[in-house]
Amino acid sequence: MEPILDIKNLDVKFALRTGEVTAIDNLNLSLNKGERLGIVGESGAGKSVLGFSIINLIRKPGFIGNGSIDFRGKQISTYSEEQIRNIRGNRISMIFQDPMMALNPVLTIGTQMTEAIFAHMDVSQEEAERIALEKLAKVHIPAPEKRLNQYPHEFSGGMRQRIIIAISLLTSPDLIIADEPTTALDVTIQAEIMDLLIELCESEGMSLILITHDLGVVSEVTERIAVMYAGRVIESGPTEAIIKNPQHPYTQGLIKALPESRKPGEPLYQIPGMMPTLTDIPPGCAFNPRCPMRGDICMTKRPEAAFADEKTGHMAACHLVSGDLAS
Amino acid sequence: MSTQSSTPILSLKNIVKHFDISGGFLEKLRLTDGKLSLQSTIVKAVNSVSFDILEGETLSVVGESGCGKSTLARCVIGIHEPNSGEIYFRGERIDELSPKAMMPYRAKMQMVFQDPYSSLNPRLTVQKTLEEPFRFHNPGVGSGEVKDRIDEVMEQVGVDPKWALRYPHEFSGGQRQRVSIARALMVDPAFIVADEPISALDVSVQAQILNLLMETQAKRGLSYMFISHDLSVVRHISSRVAVMYLGTLCELSDSESLYNEPRHPYTKALLSAIPQMGGKKGHIRLKGEVPSPINLPTGCVFHGRCPYADERCEQEVPEAKVNGSSLVACHRVEEGAL
Repeated sequence: MEPILDIKNLDVKFALRTGEVTAIDNLNLSLNKGERLGIVGESGAGKSVLGFSIINLIRKPGFIGNGSIDFRGKQISTYSEEQIRNIRGNRISMIFQDPMMALNPVLTIGTQMTEAIFAHMDVSQEEAERIALEKLAKVHIPAPEKRLNQYPHEFSGGMRQRIIIAISLLTSPDLIIADEPTTALDVTIQAEIMDLLIELCESEGMSLILITHDLGVVSEVTERIAVMYAGRVIESGPTEAIIKNPQHPYTQGLIKALPESRKPGEPLYQIPGMMPTLTDIPPGCAFNPRCPMRGDICMTKRPEAAFADEKTGHMAACHLVSGDLAS
Repeated sequence: MSTQSSTPILSLKNIVKHFDISGGFLEKLRLTDGKLSLQSTIVKAVNSVSFDILEGETLSVVGESGCGKSTLARCVIGIHEPNSGEIYFRGERIDELSPKAMMPYRAKMQMVFQDPYSSLNPRLTVQKTLEEPFRFHNPGVGSGEVKDRIDEVMEQVGVDPKWALRYPHEFSGGQRQRVSIARALMVDPAFIVADEPISALDVSVQAQILNLLMETQAKRGLSYMFISHDLSVVRHISSRVAVMYLGTLCELSDSESLYNEPRHPYTKALLSAIPQMGGKKGHIRLKGEVPSPINLPTGCVFHGRCPYADERCEQEVPEAKVNGSSLVACHRVEEGAL
């Protein structure tokens, strides 16, 4: 199948006074039409920077160093600001974590929705309102006609996130990037929003990139996962394979550290230490100071992604998987 | 879960906490049927909640935002004064005590907050932060003793005592939370209220802090009241779990039976919403949204969203009744219909 999004050897750097910092390091990722991909990692792993770099929202001092981002066969990473505007918010939409911050508190929902339509489509006011109503109905907002004239504060958190999703649907995008869309929400509302995202991807044929730190959430929503650590994808493959049979010691540790992995009351597995800051990533494998299985090669040579299972495309960047280090 | 007895360390009886948010005179003015009247706006955060926390146990309070779990925790520790109800600590009533008479109890009850970034004073070194409560509750204590105590507690929470002279910004989130826990341990408490102590932390750090909390409990025989919205964490560390909805206790039960066999319809919905690794199971969808705590529904507060509600639920407030090993506040469970 033709990938809708293809990221090759992407580097995203930030030029700081103290020197250049690499936030995303030689990242490869591709996404098929209609596919739901999860980007998992802890804070500082570079998940959000990746989301921003796809729609070219990296601002100075950040910049895209090497590599390319192809969207529907066109290299969008070199697009000018004007060109990218036809893609961003139009063919690729983004949903952010906090639904209150993403809506303007002094404009009605209707104004905010039609504004987004006018930015990308040449339609009449009536047509714009019709589209807005249609999308609100799609995200199961009851009585959408009445809702258009209301302000964000009149909605609950879950409803606001539905409105954000409706706004992201206005232009019927090919890809939605959702950056921690349910983190600010309660668990019952989180479940509703996840069900909604799956339903929309299936009915509209949209692709989804779900950025989250919650392994439970990705496991319910996505078909494939990429696990990030210190700016690199360290493991990727089918969701089920990664959850059931993780190959990279970091992924294994993350899953083992969840309370579900132990009997109640037992001490939890803990990954020692913490993720390095981007200014002092250790040489070799970035995970080596915390890795229980490290060998000499891990301290000097950076592992490349190797197949753990070629059939399913399960890959991990670990010397144990590539066979450079005997287990 | 450590050794626990059946004597309560803390008893709550019919705790009610309402907040008046009506503001000034003009904001209270209402025009009804052509007449001006003054009306207050009251948020009914906690409505008649009663339960015991036993010596050595971890009792977790779970529920969604706005259910009153943090308000309840703050009433327990004395940050809020309840409107009515009684709080007993080891049999002594403490909610009516004068600040002075309350002092010895304050050393026995400590709190750990959610956000390790805002709950530590950025202008105090770790040593100053730890020293303050210890000196306050032990007036006239010598500096040598203070230093020893700080070293001992820092060691215990896994922060190198060498770092005592550093400021909070020099620490990561997980280490700050360790310092918060150390601050609570300085006065040698018997009971700790932990309000979402790991929600602000990364997954791999959460495990470290949970382990620390469990270890400390085992070593010191502490009792915890643990407030959380993360149901899988709660399952792991609690001996008993209380589920709250709109300021009311729905169900209280030992952790295993609550998770294996939830009784209250709200508990069932809440548990089904936990995202699970490895496959998807059906979520129970609730109708509508959580009503506002300003205009509480009549009868059972959950009746508007409950798939099993009938007329009785709309009118009569259900009382928490013993049902098997659980305490359940539901007419339909009581009737045996569920």
